[in-house]
Amino acid sequence: MDGETASDSESKSEFGGSSPVPTSDDTPEVLNRALSNLSSRWKNWWVRGILTLAMITFFFIIIYLGPMVLMTIVMCVQIKCFHEIITIGYNVYHSYDLPWFRTLSWHLQLYFLLCVNYFFYGETVTDYFFTLVQREEPLRILSKYHRFISFALYLTGFCMFVLSLVKKHYRLQFYMFGWTHVTLLIVVTQSHLIIHNLFEGMIWFIVPISCVICNDIMAYMFGFFFGRTPLIKLSPKKTWEGFIGGFFSTVLFGLLVSGVLLKNVLRLEYLSGVSPFLAALNFCQVLNFSGPEGALCVFVQRTVRMYPFQIHSIALSTFASLIGPFGGFFASGFKRAFKIKDFANTIPGHGGIMDRFDCQYLMATFVNVYIASFIRGPNPSKLIQQFLTLRPEQQLHIFNTLKAHLVDRGVLASLEDA
Amino acid sequence: IERKGLRGLRAPPGPPTPPEQPSLDGETASDSESKSEFGGSSPVPTSDDTPEVLNRALSNLSSRWKNWWVRGILTLAMITFFFIIIYLGPMVLMTIVMCVQIKCFHEIITIGYNVYHSYDLPWFRTLSWHLQLYFLLCVNYFFYGETVTDYFFTLVQREEPLRILSKYHRFISFALYLTGFCMFVLSLVKKHYRLQFYMFGWTHVTLLIVVTQSHLIIHNLFEGMIWFIVPISCVICNDIMAYMFGFFFGRTPLIKLSPKKTWEGFIGGFFSTVLFGLLVSVHGGALERVTNFHYYPRMMRLEETSEIIQSNLTVRMYPFQIHSIALSTFASLIGPFGGFFASGFKRAFKIKDFANTIPGHGGIMDRFDCQYLMATFVNVYIASFIRGPNPSKLIQQFLTLRPEQQLHIFNTLKAHLVDRGVLASLEDA
Repeated sequence: MDGETASDSESKSEFGGSSPVPTSDDTPEVLNRALSNLSSRWKNWWVRGILTLAMITFFFIIIYLGPMVLMTIVMCVQIKCFHEIITIGYNVYHSYDLPWFRTLSWHLQLYFLLCVNYFFYGETVTDYFFTLVQREEPLRILSKYHRFISFALYLTGFCMFVLSLVKKHYRLQFYMFGWTHVTLLIVVTQSHLIIHNLFEGMIWFIVPISCVICNDIMAYMFGFFFGRTPLIKLSPKKTWEGFIGGFFSTVLFGLLVSGVLLKNVLRLEYLSGVSPFLAALNFCQVLNFSGPEGALCVFVQRTVRMYPFQIHSIALSTFASLIGPFGGFFASGFKRAFKIKDFANTIPGHGGIMDRFDCQYLMATFVNVYIASFIRGPNPSKLIQQFLTLRPEQQLHIFNTLKAHLVDRGVLASLEDA
Repeated sequence: IERKGLRGLRAPPGPPTPPEQPSLDGETASDSESKSEFGGSSPVPTSDDTPEVLNRALSNLSSRWKNWWVRGILTLAMITFFFIIIYLGPMVLMTIVMCVQIKCFHEIITIGYNVYHSYDLPWFRTLSWHLQLYFLLCVNYFFYGETVTDYFFTLVQREEPLRILSKYHRFISFALYLTGFCMFVLSLVKKHYRLQFYMFGWTHVTLLIVVTQSHLIIHNLFEGMIWFIVPISCVICNDIMAYMFGFFFGRTPLIKLSPKKTWEGFIGGFFSTVLFGLLVSVHGGALERVTNFHYYPRMMRLEETSEIIQSNLTVRMYPFQIHSIALSTFASLIGPFGGFFASGFKRAFKIKDFANTIPGHGGIMDRFDCQYLMATFVNVYIASFIRGPNPSKLIQQFLTLRPEQQLHIFNTLKAHLVDRGVLASLEDA
């Protein structure tokens, strides 16, 4: 969020003594000693700044390490977010009094988490690793009946839940069941959408996430220096100046980042070992916008060279700065509703992992929907896979239709083999 | 207590039994024995909704038999209604499914309001109800768009506005949902945050359960009316048969959650449901002519029979009957867990029924709670074992590819067909 979470001493007062999660200053000792001579407010500012730089550096490192490490990191983040939200649920419903319930319930929730992850990973593997799956016999069977197996696993968890219902604690158990499912819906589906975006090309992973981070930081800076008009009652420290300043700087940042990435795409592919870095080749082609009819003629040059992806990046950064903050407002309202200051205390100065990722979730879904609607065509190998499962007369019918279509288009030069 | 003994479900009449939750095998709603346990703690006022005409007709019978007759008459009425709407065809069926869905959604949301004591805040109820209706419409729009795109492909391609709507369908649905999300965030009011978040979560879980599964029912319907009739009638049959077996033979309790269910009812219901499923799946050919909608799945025709040899006799079975065994097994073994879940839910929130829509039976949700697991199972079953990909959808996706990709696929298909010997020669077949 825009920088007024966690250890901001000014906001400590409003949560008073009603916070069920005890918060303590987690700053490591080394930082404490180094900054002991500064005043408390500046110390907080420095802690947050150092941690921000640390997180951004970590982000670059894992991008460099490649997509497999990326997927692992996404999984770890997902499990941590799930854990944080479930812990809040336990605190809200005062489950500390029932240790047996927590153990049983936690095992059930872990089971549901694994089930849903299995379902989504199976779908991802089936979609993107088709040839590998077809080769290995056990994988092929698993993939053919994947939905059925996942549903059977989920049903087992459902029946275990029903059989585990204990008298006098029904409402608590149903609340945790509902809480678990909503958390799974939010956290797990969207981490898998992030992975799907990653498979479309690393640029669909890097640009959205960095746009959200940039918007956070820029809106904070603009608000710090120019902030006057409050934006929303829910987060009193956000201002319209920060919002608008963040919007323009994020759009600019998106253009710059995508330009830099696309220029150096070959070098990046070599570095990260990922190919293709961008899914579609036409992203590397340069468009020329020229003349007075182009809206980009504000520059001195008549023609502005842009990559097609930069147009997409404008859409992405616009969403990140205009709609993304609503994810942050939602999380703010959630924390106020349940009277907690932060989701957890994992990151000193920033709160939990969920605090950093709350704006990312809307972004991940948007990018996925954007790709599905405007970019990605159907997967050719998946089409072939589906074709092979049809019956011969249907295959023949489709074949003739395709042939007629291609001949029509002039792609097939003649009626004989091309 | 002696009346419980008469029911045959519990042999020993003993000390006052612990409060029994109405279960779904036939002892819900206006069962006078269970009225006492809810005393004054029931937030939803329940009243006897039986129509006056039935009351007068049965006024001479004792209260317990009157209840039994009311339930019996309503059961027959609902079954008759079921047959009528099947006769009227798939379009009416879809409309009825939609109405049932909206009513179930309304019932569960009302329970949520009662649980969280929202009666004190009338402005909150209005605002919140409008938001929930909006989310309901959004999710329904998304699912209907997917259904129409899948099954009415040629119609969609012909009409230009429909084609654009269908091409950007996901984007439009997501934008609509986001608008609702932003409206929710902007509508948050100080001091009532927790209540608003609870209702938001409650709404989403309800949407997940009710709306997705009603659309799965409609998808099943499009695969062939048999996938609609057989599962639903198997669940109904299991309910009734388990009640009957429990009534006559019931001795051993099944689960603490629903004390009136017995193992005898469970197992008896299982066998009778399997038998019932076998019978129903065969005699539906007449329905095809009447409703002008395909009853059997497109891939299966009545002429394909397989013969199973059984002690020197051959039994002719249709392939679908094997599927019906799987469906009815699920309906009788796993379906009741949906009922247990609903029982636990009602106990957790201290309500007797979801609503009072149907006299003698409670709300719509009471009748449909076992159906939801069934609908999802049938859909997963079809996707895994029956349905191949939709050929027209493949063509549609093919047409959106680029020419070089189309050529590549075309050559791969050609090679495959020649391999298989389907294409007689390299020239046009």
